Order: sequence, then structure tokens, then C-alpha cells
Amino acid sequence: MTDADRAFFEQEITGLLDRLYGTALRLAKNRADAEDLVAETVTKAWANFGSLHDRQCFRGWLFRILTNTFLSECRKTEPASLEALAEAQGEPDEEPAFSLFDRLHQPFLLWWGNPEQEFLNKVLQQDLQKAVDALPEVFRVPVILCDLQGLNYQEIAETLGVPVGTVRSRLNRGRSQLQKALWQHAQEAGLKHAPAADKESFHISQTGEHHERH
Amino acid sequence: MSDIKEIGCEEALRRLFEYLDRELDGARHAEMEQHLHTCRACYSRAEFERHLKGKLGAVGKEPAPPEFELRIKNLLRRF
Ligand SMILES: [Zn+2]
Repeated sequence: MTDADRAFFEQEITGLLDRLYGTALRLAKNRADAEDLVAETVTKAWANFGSLHDRQCFRGWLFRILTNTFLSECRKTEPASLEALAEAQGEPDEEPAFSLFDRLHQPFLLWWGNPEQEFLNKVLQQDLQKAVDALPEVFRVPVILCDLQGLNYQEIAETLGVPVGTVRSRLNRGRSQLQKALWQHAQEAGLKHAPAADKESFHISQTGEHHERH
Repeated sequence: MSDIKEIGCEEALRRLFEYLDRELDGARHAEMEQHLHTCRACYSRAEFERHLKGKLGAVGKEPAPPEFELRIKNLLRRF
């Protein structure tokens, strides 16, 4: 490795550290494991840097190492968890995707002037994090790689060792579940923001109220 | 550009996420854009999904705590 190689590597890692850490947090779901995961990824990436021929691909390559390091770690504890899950969830399927947009446009939600804009304004970073974290791993990983990191389907397919069609179907189902979770959260938040229902007094039995609040 | 066909809402919705993910080939991408220019319903839906995806992109970025940044700096120094 030349000094120029070293400088390139260091600069890329430093520039991508927030993204590496953010992704590791969503994969591992806790800070200690996320930090170890990034450190291990950086070490592996440096060890294999010589085999990366096209430096334009550095980012995708790095996130592939991160993901595979995470997956091999969790396979140590729960063997073949991804495949088992994929099997259990059944794929491919043609069930209609859940559309948050359509739900937001249901007529009874009149207290939200422009429902989708209102939703986008109100949804918090932590609501999105929770919804991502709640996804089963088989869908969580492709959603993280695609929507959180912007990898393309081919890169995700190579990372996971599955065909592009499988990536597409897992993304569809992952997004559908994600939107369902966000919708459930939006309903609760809508109720919580209503005058009579503060956080403490919110109960499932009150869910009927929202039909009357126009 | 003669390959571009007119598509309906059903087809546009089917392609929506692949369009936003920039996974459609040139002609299919152009057909999608053409539909979105003329269909307000699909345009609003596409804008919503685009913004949601943008917000998810921000979730993938988390400032590294200072001690951790130092750990990585020290690691890089050893290479
Ligand atoms: Zn349309």
C-alpha cells in the first residue's frame, strides 16, 4: 500500500463514518455492538483493500463488508436465521402492499389538513428508527441497504447472495410492513395529540374516539 | 424515444418504487415520468414516497460519538 492508498482509505472512512455508524446501529440495534461492528468492518476493509479494483465502488464494497460481518456474527448465534426467516415468511408473494399514503387519505382523518404533508412534518427520526428496528431481519437488511444507504438492487443482491428478484420482493414486503408500523404509530400520535388523550391516559379502549374528532 | 408507451395508474404504481430507486431502464423510466407529469394522483403518491425515502436516508446517518471516532482514528493510524 502506498501513502496515497492509505490517504484515500482514511479519507473515505472518515467521510463515511456517520453512515457506517448509523447503519451499524440499525443492524445491531445497540451502541456497543454497532461500534464493534464498524471497527471490525474497517479492519477487514483495510486487509482486503488491495483486492478492490474499482475505487468508484468503495462505498458499496464497504457496506457489503459491514452487512456480511453483521450477518456472519448473528449466524454464529442463530444459524441460518435469514434463510429460516425467509422460509417462514414465504416468498415470493403477491399480497397487496400496505400503502400509508392511502390510509392517510381516509376521509375520517379530517383534522389533518394535508394529511401526507402533515404526516411527513410530524414523523420523527426516532419513529422511523423504531419502525425499521421492528422489521424482521430478512426484510430489515434490504430496507437498510436500499432506503437508508442507497445501494442499488444489484449491490444488495451480491451482498445477500440472492437473486435481484428476491431483493425486489423482500424490499416490497419490508416497505409494506414499515408503512404499516408507521401508520399504527400515526394513529396513536393523532390520538395523543387530541386534547383529552395525553400519554398517560391513552388506552386501547379509546381508539374509537378518532372517528368523532373532526 | 419511439419505445415509450403510455402507461396507466395501475402500472405506474407497480413501478413506483423501482422508479424512485432508479432501477428502471431508460424507456420504462421515461414512461413513468410521462405518467407523473399528467396524473396528479400518482404524482402526489410519488412525492410522498420520495420524501419518506429521503427521511429514511437521514436515519442511516448517526453522528459517531467522540470516543468512538477516536477509536477509529487510532485504528486507522495502526494500518
Ligand atoms: Zn396515475
